[in-house]
Amino acid sequence: MAALAIEQGARGFGFVRNRVLCALVVAGVAAALGLAFVTVAPNRLVSGTGITLPGLLVGARALLLLPAAWLMLAVLTPPSRAVHASVTVSGALLLAGLVWLAGDEAAAQSAHLASIARVSLGGGFWVLAVLAWLAAADALQRLGLSPAWRALVHAAALLPLAALLGNGAIDQLSLLKEYANRQDVFNAAALRHGQIVAATLLPALLIGVPLGVAAARSERLARPLFAALNVIQTVPSIALFGLLIAPLAWLGDALPGWGIQGIGLLPAVIALVLYALLPIVHSTASGLRQVPAGAIESATGMGLTAAQRFWNVEVPLALPVLLSGLRVTTVQVIGLAVVAALIGAGGFGALVFQGLASSALDLVLLGVLPVVALAIAADAGLELLGCSLESPGR
Amino acid sequence: MTTKNWLWLRDPLVWALAALVWLVFGMAHLKPLFAAAFPALDRPLYEQDTFVALLWSHVEIVAVSSAVAVVVGVAAALFVTRAAGREFRPLVETLVAIGQTVPPVAVLAIAVPLIGFGETPALIALALYGLLPIVRATIVGIESVPEAVREAATGLGLGGWQRLVRAELPLALPVLLAGVRTSVIINIGTATIASTVGARTLGSPIIVGLAGFNTAYVIQGALVVGLLAITVDLLFDRAGRHFDRWRSPR
Amino acid sequence: MIELQAVGKSFGATLAVDELSLTIERGEFVVLIGASGSGKSTTLKMINRLVEHDRGRILFLGQEIRSFKPEQLRRRMGYAIQSIGLFPHWTVARNVAAVPELLGWSTQRIVARVDELLALLGLEPGAYRQRYPSQLSGGQQQRVGVARALAGDPEVLLMDEPFGALDPITRQTLQQELARIHRASGKTIVMVTHDIDEALRLATRIVLLDHGRIVQAGTPAQLLAEPANAFVSDFVGRSDLGLKLLGLQTVAERVRAGENVAGEPVPQTLSLRDALSQFVVRRVDRLPVVDAHGLPAGVIHFADLLQRAP
Repeated sequence: MAALAIEQGARGFGFVRNRVLCALVVAGVAAALGLAFVTVAPNRLVSGTGITLPGLLVGARALLLLPAAWLMLAVLTPPSRAVHASVTVSGALLLAGLVWLAGDEAAAQSAHLASIARVSLGGGFWVLAVLAWLAAADALQRLGLSPAWRALVHAAALLPLAALLGNGAIDQLSLLKEYANRQDVFNAAALRHGQIVAATLLPALLIGVPLGVAAARSERLARPLFAALNVIQTVPSIALFGLLIAPLAWLGDALPGWGIQGIGLLPAVIALVLYALLPIVHSTASGLRQVPAGAIESATGMGLTAAQRFWNVEVPLALPVLLSGLRVTTVQVIGLAVVAALIGAGGFGALVFQGLASSALDLVLLGVLPVVALAIAADAGLELLGCSLESPGR
Repeated sequence: MTTKNWLWLRDPLVWALAALVWLVFGMAHLKPLFAAAFPALDRPLYEQDTFVALLWSHVEIVAVSSAVAVVVGVAAALFVTRAAGREFRPLVETLVAIGQTVPPVAVLAIAVPLIGFGETPALIALALYGLLPIVRATIVGIESVPEAVREAATGLGLGGWQRLVRAELPLALPVLLAGVRTSVIINIGTATIASTVGARTLGSPIIVGLAGFNTAYVIQGALVVGLLAITVDLLFDRAGRHFDRWRSPR
Repeated sequence: MIELQAVGKSFGATLAVDELSLTIERGEFVVLIGASGSGKSTTLKMINRLVEHDRGRILFLGQEIRSFKPEQLRRRMGYAIQSIGLFPHWTVARNVAAVPELLGWSTQRIVARVDELLALLGLEPGAYRQRYPSQLSGGQQQRVGVARALAGDPEVLLMDEPFGALDPITRQTLQQELARIHRASGKTIVMVTHDIDEALRLATRIVLLDHGRIVQAGTPAQLLAEPANAFVSDFVGRSDLGLKLLGLQTVAERVRAGENVAGEPVPQTLSLRDALSQFVVRRVDRLPVVDAHGLPAGVIHFADLLQRAP
C-alpha cells in the first residue's frame, strides 16, 4: 500500500520538488500583482487608492525580493534539511520585510500628506504576510523538530516584528495611528478582556473538575449532566447572554446593594462559565475514564488507599486529557468574550463592534488582532505545558 | 402495539420542533404575556418583522453557507487524505488550527468593511468559518477507517473512487456528520450576531433589544433561536444514529 | 498459470525479494512459507499488483500483469487477508456480493452465488445473509472473507495468512474446509503462512523463502524427506520430523487387505500419525480398518508405519 501511495504522489510536475511551497509561491505572486499592498486615503471617511507591491519596490527596497526569490528557487531545489531551514529563515525575513516595507511606505507618504491622511494595510499585505508565515511554518514542520524547538523558532521569527513595533518604524500606518489615538480605550479593553477570561476559567475549573470526577465515577450522573451541558453549548452565546438578563435584573432588584445587574460583566461571566463547563467536565471525565484499568488494579493491589490512588495514579494519567480540554476551553472563552461586549461587558469586543458600526476596518482589526494573538499564545503555551508534563518517562 | 405508537410522544425532537413551530407562529398571541411581565415597555413585542420571516431568513443563511462549507471542506479534506495531497496535510491542519483560534465574530467583523453590509458578508464569513470543523472531522473520519478494510477493498479490485464512495466515506460518515453538526450549530450562533451587519436573522430582535434596553425583545429572539439550535442539534443526533445502525444492529 | 521470472523488489535500501522465479500451474495449492521478513507477503502482493515489482516479469495466463488495469486484474483474483477486512457497514450478503457487483452480474445471479458460497463455507444462508460483521465471531468473519474472495469465480485465490488471527480449533476447521474446497473446485490457490504444519496439511507444493530468495520448492514429502540444506530441515522441524512425515500419509496406503483383528476400527482416511497415536493409547500392534461405508477394509500393523514412503 505504501508503495502505491509513493507512486501516486510522485505524479505531477516533474521539476517541482515542493508542491506546497509551489502553491504558496503562486498564490503569493498572484496576490502581489492583483491585490493592493497598501491603500492611501486622504481621510478616514473616503476609501483610498491601492498601491500594489511592484509599485513600491524602488531603490533599496528591492532587497526585499531576495528572500522572495530564494523561496521561488526552493520550489525547484531537491528537498533537504538545509533547504528547509533556509526556507524557514527566508519566510521569516520576508515577513519582517513586508511589515517594514508597509511601515516605511506609510512614513514616506505621511511626510507629504496631511496628518489626517490614512495609509492602511491592504489585502495584498495580509495575504502575502500569511503566505510567508505559512511557507516558513511548513518548512519548519518538515524539519521535524520537537514542539519546544518549534516554539522557540516561532518566537525568534517574531522578534524582528516586535523590534519594528517597538522602535516606531511602522507607527505611520493607520492601524497604529488608531491605536495611538485610543490607547486608553485599548488598554482598558485589554484589561477587561483578561479579567473576563480569568474570571471565567477559574470558576469553570473549580466547578467543572469536581463535576467531571463525579461524572467519571457515576454513569447515572453523567448522562443528564452531559445532556444539560450539551443544550447550553448548542444555544447561541448571544441568546444565552440575553436570557440571563431578565433573571439577573430581577435578582438585582430583589437584592439591591450587591451590584447585580442584568447587563455587564456578571451575566457575561456566568454565561461563559456555563459554556466552559462542558469541555472541562467532558475532558476531566474522559481523562479519568481512559486511565488503564490495569494501572488502578495494580495500585490497589500494592496497598494504596483510594485517595493515594487518585492523586498518584489517576490524576497524572488523566492530566494530559484535561490539559487538552483546558486548551480548547481557553481559546473558546477568549473568542466568546468578544461577543460579551454586546451586553456591555467590555473587552476587545467593544472595539470590534464599534469599528463595525462605523465601518472602520482599523478599529475592527485593533480589536480582532489582539484576540487572535492572545488565543494563539494561550494555545501554544498550554500545548508546551502539556508536552513538558508528558516527557518524563512516557 | 400501543407502546410503539405513543413512543413518538416521548421523543425530545418532536417536543422541540413542536415548541419551535408553536412559538414562532404564535408569538403574536403572547403579546399580553410580555406586556404584563414588562409593564415599563411600550413595545413589548418585536413587530418589525414576523418571527416566521426571521426564522426563515436565519435558516436560509445557515443552510446556504453550511452547504458551501460541506462541499468545499469535504473536498479539501478528501484531497489531503489521498496520496496525491498528503504533502498538503500539515498546511491544511495548520490553517484549520489557526482558523479555530479566530472567533467567528471576528470573521464577520472583518468581512464587512471589505464587502459592505447585508447578507453577503454574513454568508461568506459563515461559509469560511464553517469549513474548519468539517475539514478536521472529515480527516479524522477517513483516518479512522480500518486499514484492513482499505486493503481488502483494493485487493478485491475496487478502484480508488469506488473504494472512497463505497467503503471509506460510509465508514467515515459518523465522524463527518459530527463535524457538520458542530459547524452548523456554530453557524446558527454566528448568524445570530450577523444582524449587527445588517442581515435579517433571529438575532435582530436581540440586538435591537440590547441597544434599546428592551428585555422583552431580547427574550423573544433568544427563545426562538435557542429552540432552533436545540431542534437542529437533535435532528443531527437522530440522523447520526440512523447512519450508525451497522455498528450495533438488532 | 502464474509465472514469476527473476522478480525483484526493494523498499528503499532493503531488498525484500531477490531474483525470484516461480511457476504456478493451474489447480495447484502453492504455499509460500518463511520467517518474518522473508518476502513471502511481498511476493504474493506483487501478483495482484498491490505491490509493484521493480525487476523481472510477472505473467498471468501468459500476459504481463502490467498490461492489465490493476482493478481488472484483481477482480480476476480472489484476495483474503489475515485481518479479514469485511466492510462493517454492509451485511454479509452485500460483502460477499462485492466483486460480482463490480463485474456487473445480474441480481438473480448474484443472489444465487451468495447463497451458494455461504453454504459452501458452512454458513446457513437464511441465517447469515442479513447479519452484520459485528455480529459474527472471528471464524465466521473469515469464512465470509473467503466466500467474498471466491464470489467472483476468480481463476486464482490469493490468501495472506488468512487464519493467523484465529484460535487453533477454528484455524484447523477452516484449514480442512479450504482443503475440501480446493479438492472440489480445482481452483489455483496461492497462500502465505509462517505455520509449517498448515503448509504441510494444505499444500500440493511448498515454496520456502528466506531473505527474498527461494531456498527450496517441492511437495511436502520432498521438503520433509529431502531437505536441500540445514535451513530447510531447521524450518521444517527436526525433532518431530518423523511425525510430520507420518502425517502426510493415510492408513489407506498401508492397510493389509483381507486380514481381520478385533477392536474398534479406524477409518482408512486417518493419517498415519493419528494411527500411531492409537497404537500407543490402545497398546496394540494391529488395528482394524474400515472404509468410507463402514465396511471392513483390512488391518494395519504397527510395523507398517516404518515402511519407506513409496
